[in-house]
Formats: sequence, structure tokens, C-alpha cells
Amino acid sequence: MKARWLYLLISGTIVIAGVLSMIKWGLPLGIDFTGGVIAEYKLTSGEQKVFRYRPAEQTEAERVRADFKNQGATEIRFESVGPTIGPELVKKTVYALLVSAGAILLWIAYRFKSFKFGVSATLATLHDSLVLLGTYSILGHFLGAEVDFLFVTAMLTVLSFSVHDTIVVYDRIRESKKKFSGTTHELANKAVSETMVRSLNNSFTIIFMLIALILMGGETTKWFSVALLIGTISGTYSSPFVAVPILVTWDELANRLKSRKK
Amino acid sequence: MRKIWSLSFIIVLTIVATFVSLPSSVNKKFDLKLGLDLAGGSRLVFEADTSKIGGDKKETALAGVRDVIERRVNLFGVSEPTVQTSRFEGKDRIIVELPGVKDTKEATDLIGKTAQLIFMEVEEIPAPDGATPSARLVPTDLTGADLTSASVVFDSQTGKPAISLQFTKEGGEKFAAITKRNISKQLPIILDTEIVTDPVVQEEITTGQAQITGSFTVDEAKKLSIQLNAGALPVPISIVQETTVGATLGAASVKQSMIAGGVGILMVALFMILAYGKLGIVADIGLFIFAVITIALYKLIPVTLTLPGIAGFMLSVGMAVDSNILIFERFKEEKLLRSIPNALEVSFGRAWDSIRDANVATLVTAFILANPLDWQFLHTAGPVRGFAITLAMGIAISLFTGIFVSRNLLRLFIK
Repeated sequence: MKARWLYLLISGTIVIAGVLSMIKWGLPLGIDFTGGVIAEYKLTSGEQKVFRYRPAEQTEAERVRADFKNQGATEIRFESVGPTIGPELVKKTVYALLVSAGAILLWIAYRFKSFKFGVSATLATLHDSLVLLGTYSILGHFLGAEVDFLFVTAMLTVLSFSVHDTIVVYDRIRESKKKFSGTTHELANKAVSETMVRSLNNSFTIIFMLIALILMGGETTKWFSVALLIGTISGTYSSPFVAVPILVTWDELANRLKSRKK
Repeated sequence: MRKIWSLSFIIVLTIVATFVSLPSSVNKKFDLKLGLDLAGGSRLVFEADTSKIGGDKKETALAGVRDVIERRVNLFGVSEPTVQTSRFEGKDRIIVELPGVKDTKEATDLIGKTAQLIFMEVEEIPAPDGATPSARLVPTDLTGADLTSASVVFDSQTGKPAISLQFTKEGGEKFAAITKRNISKQLPIILDTEIVTDPVVQEEITTGQAQITGSFTVDEAKKLSIQLNAGALPVPISIVQETTVGATLGAASVKQSMIAGGVGILMVALFMILAYGKLGIVADIGLFIFAVITIALYKLIPVTLTLPGIAGFMLSVGMAVDSNILIFERFKEEKLLRSIPNALEVSFGRAWDSIRDANVATLVTAFILANPLDWQFLHTAGPVRGFAITLAMGIAISLFTGIFVSRNLLRLFIK
């Protein structure tokens, strides 16, 4: 944990860049959030056309739809979202995030018999969520990624994946504590280097699957897989370089406080 | 002895699972159930306007809406539709999934119409001092609820489509009484807020039958008869969300995700061999068994497979090899300290703690996303659930193959 400030700098730069992008460009919200219509047709000539409408243009969308139907065009997809859906989706997502983060925090606190572990792990997942949101804001601005229903799913999955990784490192610290003496700092260093290979190898396998999905899985799940990929990379990084430093720092601060009281 | 039993169990399980998971072109008996985004179809979300209904009756009304929609959809001839209700912050929603429907507009019209049929009497208001007398419509107690059936017929004189109504016994009596007191008068029939037809009563009708001749097309008459047969909606509803996926896009998605899945699994398998050699081959056998058991269970349960569901499966493949990676990394350390068979057992024991704790954390998220208890403050339907179900199943099966299957295979191969 010697390079703690370096880790903080890396994470800080990425998170701040993301937050700045979110302030400047906002999140690229898709119709699941904003409402509206996306329609795609294949004309008899074989040409494909995509149409986008704002929520107020619903009738126009239906009129065009009827027109195309009469011309014998095939409807590839037609998605229409009313204006009331978006706010509801936001609320439900926030609830889902809170409930899963809370449940995970309690589970880790219970397994490791300490809230320190639970809270540090949850903070690391918060870091990953911020990285994902920020990166997505940048991707949205430059490459046209959209935040939709699937993005929400990706975010929740990243939450669990990030914790998955953190638990493996924590488990090593817990085990070492039973066997060896030493400060949490030393034990954490040992645990991080011991679990590094498995952590990287595991992430590689998931990254392979996701890259296959991005390149060959089709348009519908492309950005979903990109979101999962960003989350996987951030989740792998955050376990040793965010969750563990927070834990160690917390531990050191607590010890300093204790010795001062004496 | 126990070793032999475990191994034979694994072999039998693998053979059965492989057989069940064979593609439907080879094995017609078991087929994957595909969701709307893969098979094509429509997902419609309606919002019910329950503002005019008292608090405790809302639920009954909503259940009524669901039943009526279900009957309408079934009469429309959609195979395996699902109709669900959801409540969130005072908003009542009905989610209708129609696999394979081609004309969504028609389906939406069919489902969304209240279809409240009322027979009206015309009451003349006598005007003073010779001014033109005015008239007003008075609803009778005869409504769509008094029907036993409605069917499309063709008018014998004009050849135009019409709807023949058959009343219940009680309804027939009401109709007889109404026609008796309205001979030579108009008897307007109102559907929702529109006068459909405005016939003049010739004589008292005691047969319990009536015919509506409006200016319908055959399609309209058919739709109306379905609506009347299924009953009127207790409250008005309006569409708030529609997702329609054409069959061609669905088929393309199936093909693409199969290729992506295959390539991804091959890359993972290759990586495991490169990283762990002989151990990697054992992990790959475990991965194969994981894949066939998972696909077999999808078919047997059955799990409706969606695109996010496939992503959930692929992610769980990554997690499935993770148990192996954890054990193998541990094994590298332990074999320096003790004999190889011993190191293997110790590795399994030590790795288990972190495998369990980590996978439970993922299961917790999957549980909240799948929301099996239908907590109304979370997502109750749609793509998120499909993803969570396959992810949760993947983790559960991977715990089994990662620990039980790999362990027994390693005991056999690593000596």
C-alpha cells in the first residue's frame, strides 16, 4: 500500500473526468428515460430506415407506421415509451441500488465480523458505479452510447462483480490474520500480491466473453456489453487499489485515535 | 467406493444433460423457450385510470382489467400471452406480452378499448308553447354485462357485416321490456362514448337476441365481437409503453449471440489451458458440463431466454471458471508445502470460503434484480428479470460444477 497516493490519483482523475463530463454533457439518456419512439423499417427495396420521435410526436410515429405498413415494409422494431416511465425507472433503479448495496454491505460485515470491511467494499463499488457513469457520459458524447434499461442492469451487475473480487482479497486478509501477526497494512500488501494473478485471470475470462459479445453479439446488446466491460475493468482495479487502501487507511486512523485516547 | 459413485453420477448427468441440450434440429423433444426480443413479438404496458374508484376497490378493478385483457388476447388467437399487473406509487399498470404478433396496432386497439356497451332510451322533453320538443338519452339497465355471446354475422338484406348479440335470460327479459315500451321509437346503442347504431324498434322482441348493424368493416366487427365477448374493461386504460421486435431482428439476434457465445467460450477454454495446462483441461471439461447442464435446465424448467438473459449466461461462464482459477492459484502455493493429492484437498477447502462469500454477494444482487417476491418498489418484469434469472442459475450451477465436478475430476487426473 505504499503507492496509495498513486492509486488515489488514478481513481481520482478518472472519476473527476467522468463527473466533469456529466456536468458538461450530461448523461446520454435513451428513450427508456426520456420517452419517445424509435422505429426501424425495412423497405421493399431492402433499404433500412430508422426514425426517432419525441414523446409529443406519438401520433406522427403511428401515422408513419401505418404508411409503411401499407407500402408493404417490414417493421424491424418499434419502441414507444410514455413520459411517465422514465421517472419511475430512475426511482426503481435507485431503490434497487440501495437495497443491493445495503444487503451486500451487511453480508460482508457479517462474514468478516466488521463493518470496516463492509463499508470499504461498498465504497469501492460506489467508485465503480461513478467510473461507469462518467465513462458512459464521455462515450455518449463522442460515440453515441445511450443510457437505457440495459445500462441499469449492467450497473447493478458491476456492483456485484466488483464485490465478488473484493471479497476474494478480503478473504486472504482474514486468513492471514489468523495465521500471521502483523499490521493490517502488511497483511493487506501480502493479500493483494497473492490474489493478483487469480484476479487478473478471472477478469480475463470475463473480458473475453464480453469482447466476443461486443464484436459479434449484435447491436441490441453491444453497449450493454461495453458497460459491463468498463465495469469489469474498474471492478478488477478497485478491489486491490480502492477497497483495500480504504480498509487500511481506516484501520490506521482508528488505531491512531485509540492510541491518542490512551 | 464413494469416488466411483460420484464419478458415475457426473458421467450420467453429463450424458443426460448433453442429450437434452442438443439443438432442436437434432432433438425435437426439448426446445428453448425464446423471449420476445428473440422470437419477435410485442410488449405493451397500459396504465389503468383508477382515479374514479375508491381505494379498496382498486385492486378488484385492476384484477378485472387483467382478466378481461387476458380473455381478449386469447380470443384474438395469440399463443402463450402473459398478462401481469404492477403497482408503483399509486400507478396501476398492466403489462401484456404477445409473442409472434404481427400487427401490434390492431392488438393495441383491441386491448385498449373499454368496450362499454349501453342501450339507451330516448326521452322526449315536452317544450312549452309549440317550440320544437327536444330529446335526451336515458341509459337503461341493459348493458354489455347482460350478454352471453356476440358474433359476426352478415346482414341478410345489405350483406354488410353486423354483430349478433345473444342475451342472458335476465338480459333477454330486460330487452323484451325495453323494446315493449319503445315501439316505434329509437333505441340507440352506445359503445364507449359513440352511438354505434340507432335503430327504430318495430315490435317487442322476446327471443333474447339483437343485431347491431353499424357501418363496420369485417375487421372492426370481429374486434368488437371479441371485446363484447371478453367483457368491458372496468376502468379505462391507455398505452404508456410499447416494444415491438420483428421476427427477422429476433432471428438475427439469436444467430449473433450463438456465435458470440461460442467464440467467447472457446477463448475462455483456450486461455485456461494456456494458463494452467493439465489443470486447465480439467476446468474446460467442467466448463462443458456447466454449459450443457445450464442449457438443459433452461429447456426443462423452462426459462424464457432473452438477449439480456444470454448476456447473464455468458457472464456466469466467466464466473464459473473463476472458482477453478481460485482453486488452481491456491494449488500452486500449496503444492510447494505438501504432497500433491494433499495440496489439492487443502486448496479446495481454503478456496471454498472466498468462493462462497463472493458468490453469495452476486446471488444477493441477482435476487434483487430478479425480484421473485414481486416487491412493487423494484422492477417486476422485463429484461432485467431475464438477465438476473440466468445469472443466478449460472452461479448456482457453477458452484456445483466448480466444486463437485472439478474436484472429482481432479482427484482422478492429478496424482
